[in-house]
Amino acid sequence: MHIDIDKDVCIGAGQCALSAPRVFTQDDDGFSTLLPDRENGNGDPMIREAARACPVGAITVTED
Amino acid sequence: MTQAEPVAFPQDRTCPYHPPTAYDPLRASRPLARITLYDGRPAWLVTGHGLARELLADQRLSTDRNHPDFPAPTERFASVRNRRVALLGVDDPEHRVQRRMMVPSFTLRRAVDLRPQIQRIVDGLLDDMIAQGPPAELVSAFALPVPSMVICALLGVPYADHDFFEGQSRRLLRGPKVEDVQDAREQLDAYFEDLIDRKLKQSEPGDGVLDELVHQQLREGVLDRQDVIAFATILLIAGHETTANMISLGTFTLLQHPEKLAELRADPELMPQAVEELMRMLSIADGLLRRATEDIQVGDTTIRTGDGVLFSTSVINRDEDVYPDADTLDWRRPARHHVAFGFGIHQCLGQNLARAELDIALRTLFDRLPALRLAAPADEIPFKPGDTIQGMLELPVTW
Repeated sequence: MHIDIDKDVCIGAGQCALSAPRVFTQDDDGFSTLLPDRENGNGDPMIREAARACPVGAITVTED
Repeated sequence: MTQAEPVAFPQDRTCPYHPPTAYDPLRASRPLARITLYDGRPAWLVTGHGLARELLADQRLSTDRNHPDFPAPTERFASVRNRRVALLGVDDPEHRVQRRMMVPSFTLRRAVDLRPQIQRIVDGLLDDMIAQGPPAELVSAFALPVPSMVICALLGVPYADHDFFEGQSRRLLRGPKVEDVQDAREQLDAYFEDLIDRKLKQSEPGDGVLDELVHQQLREGVLDRQDVIAFATILLIAGHETTANMISLGTFTLLQHPEKLAELRADPELMPQAVEELMRMLSIADGLLRRATEDIQVGDTTIRTGDGVLFSTSVINRDEDVYPDADTLDWRRPARHHVAFGFGIHQCLGQNLARAELDIALRTLFDRLPALRLAAPADEIPFKPGDTIQGMLELPVTW
């Protein structure tokens, strides 16, 4: 699984980190970022939920 | 669309936690319905959940309130439309610049960091209320001061100024007279001017949003003083009345659903889900406003350039295709994708803080006062008219 975050689009709402806190966090500027060693999501079932919760569609999840 | 005639929008609710029964034709007309605004102008109302998420994220819809074609839901709104509104009244790319300045202060982590302070504020207000009662009027004793004091903490308003700030912000939001609102705005503008001066003189900035704005953006000339005041004002208005109404209406709704309250008491872990479900069910900001800047095709309907497009969150959040049995409270339903905080680039900046406030306020209120109940017949308690943020005007309680 590949997770792509478009930081130009991200508005820092934090909804990805709220939905899937084991995969997403917010950096010091508030923008979405992946936690270390979570680049492929580790199969967390909440990843798609996080992508759906993003108000600006900044998260794309693709199957390898 | 099956709608025969346009429906007047907005209208008063018949029950404070349900959409007005007069919206039934709108609920039957998804995803888009025709409405008439107070001045007779026709507009579109988005009623379907999927279309709402699509269009709230569509940059062809503008939130620039100063445009002459921008739809006005009330005469009051029309009379103040030329004021400058930061964030909510600004489109991209300008909006993006403003939002990015604010985001670091509204992250999930920041909301978690503020929890002990929110808990202290809630405990202190309940201590006072318990010392003076029963009975109590929960809106003035609890629902309004909680968010006001949290905003003080967030902005970096010194504790000694809380009483002044709370009093003026209450007049700004609730009047009761028009002169109260105008005078309160002037007092708060003057107060923020003075506070900016005080913050500029501090060698070490505090940890409030205003400290950050003053010491970075103002000093570096990115913002001027009026910009800083505009930010402080929008954060005050957007964060105060909304949260206060969720606390008062949330409490009323729980008291009217004792079996749901009992479930929550039996399993406090349900609280975060209950907050989402209450947000969905109560949909207190019921009428988001946009103007089409291009023609937009929705199925076989065309929204024309210049048309007003409104979003009824109470109708959208009860889309039966997404929320089966939508009129029923259910803590275990997946309610997370409601649009009570909006969607798209303008989705509520303070939503993480609002969730923390609601969780702590409701949890602590019912923990400390397990016998809390209404002190007046439910159908005699006044609530707000349909053209404002929805909520209770008063909430007489006893315990």
